[in-house]
Amino acid sequence: MPRVSVEVDGVRYDDDVEPRLLLAHYLRDRLGKVGTPIGCDTSNCGACTVLVDGLSVKSCSVLAVQADGHEITTVEGLGDGQNLHPMQRAFHEEHALQCGYCTPGMIMAALDLLRENADPSDEEIRDGLEGNLCRCTGYQNIVRAVRRAANDMRQAESTEQREEARS
Amino acid sequence: MSEIAPEAVAEQVTPSVPDAKAEVGRARRRTEDARLITGRTTWTDNIQLPGLLHVAFLRSPISHARITRIDVEAVRARPGVIAVFTGADLADEQGSLPCAWPVTEDMVLPDHPPIAVDEVRYVGEPVAVVVARDRYAAVDALEAVDVDYEPLPAVVDMERAIEEGADLVHTDKGTNKSYTWVFEAGELDTAFRDAPVVIERRYVQQRLIPTAMEPRAVVCSAVGDEYTLWSATQIPHILRLMLATVTGIPEHKLRVVAPDVGGGFGSKLQVYGEEVVCLLLARRLGRPVKWTESRSEGNMAVHHGRDQIQRLALAADRDGRIRGLKVDLLADMGAYLMLVTPGVPLLGAFMFNGIYKMDAYSFTCTGVFTNKTPTDAYRGAGRPEATFGIERLMDELANELGLDPLEVRRRNWIRHEEFPYDTISGLTYDSGNYEAATEKALRLFEYDKLRAEQADRRDRGDPVQLGLGVSTFTEMCGLAPSRVLGSLSYGAGGWEHASVRVLPSGKVEVVTGSSAHGQGHETAWAQIAADRLGVPFEDVRVLHGDTSVSPKGMDTYGSRSLAVGGVALFNACDKVIDKARRMAAHLLEADERDIEFSAGSFAVKGVPGQARTLQEVALAAFAAHDLPEGFEPSLDSEATHDPENFSFPHGTHLCATEVDTETGFVKIRSYVAVDDVGKVVNPLIVEGQVHGGLAQGIAQALYEEAVYDADGNLTTTTMADYLIPSAADLPTFTTDRTETPATTNPLGVKGVGEAGTIASTPAVVNAIVDALRPYGVDDVPMPCTPERVWRALTGARRGSAPPEGAPEPGAGGGLGSAGGAA
Repeated sequence: MPRVSVEVDGVRYDDDVEPRLLLAHYLRDRLGKVGTPIGCDTSNCGACTVLVDGLSVKSCSVLAVQADGHEITTVEGLGDGQNLHPMQRAFHEEHALQCGYCTPGMIMAALDLLRENADPSDEEIRDGLEGNLCRCTGYQNIVRAVRRAANDMRQAESTEQREEARS
Repeated sequence: MSEIAPEAVAEQVTPSVPDAKAEVGRARRRTEDARLITGRTTWTDNIQLPGLLHVAFLRSPISHARITRIDVEAVRARPGVIAVFTGADLADEQGSLPCAWPVTEDMVLPDHPPIAVDEVRYVGEPVAVVVARDRYAAVDALEAVDVDYEPLPAVVDMERAIEEGADLVHTDKGTNKSYTWVFEAGELDTAFRDAPVVIERRYVQQRLIPTAMEPRAVVCSAVGDEYTLWSATQIPHILRLMLATVTGIPEHKLRVVAPDVGGGFGSKLQVYGEEVVCLLLARRLGRPVKWTESRSEGNMAVHHGRDQIQRLALAADRDGRIRGLKVDLLADMGAYLMLVTPGVPLLGAFMFNGIYKMDAYSFTCTGVFTNKTPTDAYRGAGRPEATFGIERLMDELANELGLDPLEVRRRNWIRHEEFPYDTISGLTYDSGNYEAATEKALRLFEYDKLRAEQADRRDRGDPVQLGLGVSTFTEMCGLAPSRVLGSLSYGAGGWEHASVRVLPSGKVEVVTGSSAHGQGHETAWAQIAADRLGVPFEDVRVLHGDTSVSPKGMDTYGSRSLAVGGVALFNACDKVIDKARRMAAHLLEADERDIEFSAGSFAVKGVPGQARTLQEVALAAFAAHDLPEGFEPSLDSEATHDPENFSFPHGTHLCATEVDTETGFVKIRSYVAVDDVGKVVNPLIVEGQVHGGLAQGIAQALYEEAVYDADGNLTTTTMADYLIPSAADLPTFTTDRTETPATTNPLGVKGVGEAGTIASTPAVVNAIVDALRPYGVDDVPMPCTPERVWRALTGARRGSAPPEGAPEPGAGGGLGSAGGAA
């Protein structure tokens, strides 16, 4: 069996895996990272979205062996343990989730969206999240949440930059 | 027609502003979010137990066949396989899946073994089950099962299925008709005789797949003769009773847990064969088992929704007044009757008359078996179908008479001063104000401005036409008064249970029989209890979804949780206060009649400073050193609430669509929903429910359809084929509320879970048809895909309909469905 070495939410794992093992199942069944759920088997729903080296990936359409040598962030790796990530906070504040099953993937996809476009319009958010399906919210509050998170993250960044300039 | 007398808009319909200290009415952010946004959720598939085995089902690839041989020997040789069973292996213990709603005395109710024994009747029906060390090994081993099928004729068309000599789904039953159920009121013949206007239409409610984001999953463990079953279910309490009934395992030895459940929309209001089988496997093997379905498996095997052919006739006077309505339905049951399959279309019997007055009404529904996945409840369950029928007819009537669609509705609807109103279908609507909701919606929508733009586009011959769609709906929810369910032959009551425990520290535990799976009860119920008991919101914890924690309940569906379960909680809180009042009087050495309770404190009337908080009383009751005579040392209380009536949310939804007459593409330009759901506990949650409901109703109008080919193969088995909308497919909604409190419960609440879905489908289709009226189009079959819109346009131009019995091209669905239903 091939051996993979991956870093998931800041922890390094070395494991022997079947070549066909999906990254989603590796995370859930081998590492116990069950915060990332699986909603379909055709890579349509996006519930299993994680970041691989900062880019959003549907972990059901990637093999664990393909993740070898890469750094993976799941929803469990956001925030600092005490404080929520601004994106998580925005989903809470804007009531952007109901059953919450799509939420981990939606949050991770939204982070990648903001990486590409720090100040997206509503339409850009809707287009950017097209690969992540939600059955509960009708998306309206998800769009609001992503916009709010974008504002908060931009503000945090500019504050950071000001502080850096000062020191 | 946008002028509605403003005096009709009574002041009291404006949503009330809660006082700053009140919890009820406040847009509390949800408690349950904390685990959902951090990935610390207990989905059933997340559960790990020592020695856990994994289950996979082999499913029939043929819609109708006799199983002539199954050989599972090769399976046992596969690595990691612990066991394999066929239907025959389990025949003595698997029983028949329950149907709790025998709607007529002579209803045909076929046996429904969880695993098929000698015949399969739909694609996806289980034929064998494998248990292995992990999920990959279990699925791998399925290919070693060797099954010989002798194909039988597939019954896929409801209208042909009830013809003389049709092929049969259940040969031994001699018919494909399960039942015919009739309701009649008033003199229909008189209403139709010499009626100046008669509108006759045939509408199809396409088959839908509920598609909760969390696929079904079951974990079951056996310890001695006691069992715990975790399931992604909406109904842990009903499931427990039904599993005990089916398997013979005593009810008290069986605990059912609904952990975090990722949406249901009716699809998890079911007793599934997989749940029964997992229980049997745990019993046989003495080890815990887990089954999690894949989406492609679920699309075939989770019950479907809708699927009706509606033949409707409406008689009216020249001025638009409705004389009578005749409804004749064929409802597709699929291959078997599941938990409430036959009853779902009958909920429509009480809703086809909508918000309108009429002299006569008749409703006939025939349940038909086909070789398809069984149908059952899907968000709205019978009411969206009925609302679609009447709201489409109202637009057709308006068109026939040259009236504005809102004017024809205004001439027929129940006026606000006429409540309570006994409807033609035998319900009593307690409250409502259709004028007010409509007036508000028209303002938000800018109806007149859009009508002007529509006229302009028509004049210019713009290839993109504008259409305005109206839906003035009501629904019956808060299921349900037990006596009504009894009169409809339903197998159980419609009450709900709650208990309130005041802990020694004064903190409060609320136990509810409602079983939330995304609705936010943990937040809303805490708001109700906090207000009623006068304790901080943070001091209340809500427990649910585990029969050992919440032993009594009727669970969550039919927009019932707040209107029934919330009221049970309200009543239980009052009982706590009554007990505490007696205790407080004792502690304060006052007469109980002199004790006033407000904001969490018991005070002696007219004696300032003489008071005890609920927390102090709770501690004193716990210590029990000094109790009133005969007082049990506890404030804990419970209540079971059986509603006296349904509740009737209503609203006015307006939809503007831009329809490209060259490509058939439909774009929703704006959507306004003004809903009246009575008093609101949490406006944030209510708005979210409306949004999600709208999305599902719009999806029925535009995108979704479970498509079968002529052999009974489901061609929309994946999410690439069954198209639930993404963020890019939906508009931004404008939502608002009016508020006429329900008069039949102390909270004044009506329920909101299904309103958006019920209202929106006809609003969208009415808008599309409205855009295309100048082209001679009076209907577009759902889902209104570009191809179907284009065909409606070109068909109308040719002046001919497609030949009868021809397949319906342009069905919903993506990759696998290009050929439509042929």
